[in-house]
Amino acid sequence: MAVIEARDLHRTYKTTTGTIRRRSLQVEAVRGITFDVEKGELFGLLGPNGAGKTTTIKMLITLLIPTSGSARVLGYDVVKDAREVRKRIGYVFGGERGVYERLSGLDNLRYFAELYGVPGREIRPRIEELLELVGLKGREKERVEGYSRGMKQRLHVARGLLHDPPVVFLDEPTIGLDPVGARELRATIASLTEGGKTVLLTTHYMFEADALCDRIAVIAEGDIVAHGTPGDLKAGVEEGAVVEVEIFGIPEGAVDRVRELDGVRAVSVEEREQAQVLIVQTPADVELTHAILGRLNGANVGRISRREPTLEDAYVALVGNSE
Amino acid sequence: MRAGARLLAVGWLFHFKMLSRSAFDGLLGVMWPLFFATVAFFMFRAGGGEETLLYASLGAAVMGIWSVTSTSAGAAMQRERWQGTLEVLVASPAPFALVLLPVTIAMTTIGLYCLVATLIWGRLLFGIDLHVVHPLLFALSIPVAIVSIGTFGFLMAVAFVRYRFAWALGNVLEYPVWLICGFLVPLTLLPDWVRPISWLLAPTWGIRAIRQSALGGSPLPDIALCVALAGLYTLVGVLVLETALRAARARAALSLT
Repeated sequence: MAVIEARDLHRTYKTTTGTIRRRSLQVEAVRGITFDVEKGELFGLLGPNGAGKTTTIKMLITLLIPTSGSARVLGYDVVKDAREVRKRIGYVFGGERGVYERLSGLDNLRYFAELYGVPGREIRPRIEELLELVGLKGREKERVEGYSRGMKQRLHVARGLLHDPPVVFLDEPTIGLDPVGARELRATIASLTEGGKTVLLTTHYMFEADALCDRIAVIAEGDIVAHGTPGDLKAGVEEGAVVEVEIFGIPEGAVDRVRELDGVRAVSVEEREQAQVLIVQTPADVELTHAILGRLNGANVGRISRREPTLEDAYVALVGNSE
Repeated sequence: MRAGARLLAVGWLFHFKMLSRSAFDGLLGVMWPLFFATVAFFMFRAGGGEETLLYASLGAAVMGIWSVTSTSAGAAMQRERWQGTLEVLVASPAPFALVLLPVTIAMTTIGLYCLVATLIWGRLLFGIDLHVVHPLLFALSIPVAIVSIGTFGFLMAVAFVRYRFAWALGNVLEYPVWLICGFLVPLTLLPDWVRPISWLLAPTWGIRAIRQSALGGSPLPDIALCVALAGLYTLVGVLVLETALRAARARAALSLT
């Protein structure tokens, strides 16, 4: 039995526009997601902002009821057995919200230990252990409002692990952290599965999913567009090529014109100082450089290169094709 | 049972500590009762004797307790939602009633300051004699009134959890309750149709209990009614809470994002 099972999950939000003439709108945030996560696995949901990652994770941790479909964690239904699910999961989300800033880190951890039913005599040693794990030892008596973003994030991780849950959900845990802080947190995350926990991680950082996850599901516009090991996803694009064209001012409509070329798999644009770089993915045996330049209407072009695709290119192709 | 009591106590202490560290709430909490008391003293001094001034003083004190509860309960729930802690609280396995109840009781406890500050303010500035006829019953009626108002706040907080904009309800209810519950004006002066509403509100019996024990009378029936209403509010709140939470999860009302 899989530890986490999602079956055809859908979630629709109702929203309104206008002040006087109010109009009701329905936004389909998740459109039929299905996946399994096995025991001890670190599974990644990878996708851009607004893809439906957080909505999916909120349904799995019982904060949102799916519009349709079902999900189970350790065999418990996330709607019918919400309390049983909550006892067995830890939840950590990214950013600075979710802690009581006016109180100390220690106050926060003590309170949440009570909420999660940690027995009284175990609270102190457990908090000590977690403060060591997340590197907050010595700072626990300071008010959280004085913590850096990285410290708040580490406090979140400690909070999520207080009751030693077998399943941990991490929603973009490294968002907004500096590179060193993010690397330290990634090391902590990697250590969770070494201790036998099952982890579901959402991220929009390709390299993070590649470095941490045993398997990845790429999610775009509320649906899974690809899944497999990082190696599987790379294999999908290894047979292709990437043409990069440095342009000083992309003409209007040029990207769409390049996208229409036969053989083009995906097109994206990256800003690099004064120039933009047009990144075009093509099959390996097709040479499109001249055709691409022909679609740029005489724009001021700099360096042109052709290279093998990376995992990030695979991600861009998958996400781009779903739009 | 023991774990539940422990959770209530720890939750109360945690939220009391947090509320007492808010500069904004703190300043309001300090100033409000003094303004209420001053207005009440001036109004009633024109009317007569020492006993009437103590009557006004006690009314102003409970006005403060009620105002802190009605406005802070809504603001606090909105703050929990804004700072992302409401989701974290709901995602915990603890019964949500045991999580929410200490939040509102902690707010009402801040109102205890209102009572003390009002009485001292009245003594120092207006020379009001603080002679209490039944000191023990007075000491009992205060925590009973505070807890019953806190449980009413709990009932309101259930609505605040379910509806994102219900926090405004707290502000709307602040002034009508001053009148309906007889904080300043005797209930006998109000129209007959208002009285059944007053009887359902714990602050009505809370202020009566405090006044009867301070000024002389029989406060025990009022104390008993306060306790009964506190029980009723808690029962209704607990019964409605799970349905309200489920609706909030279905309508994505737990967070602002």
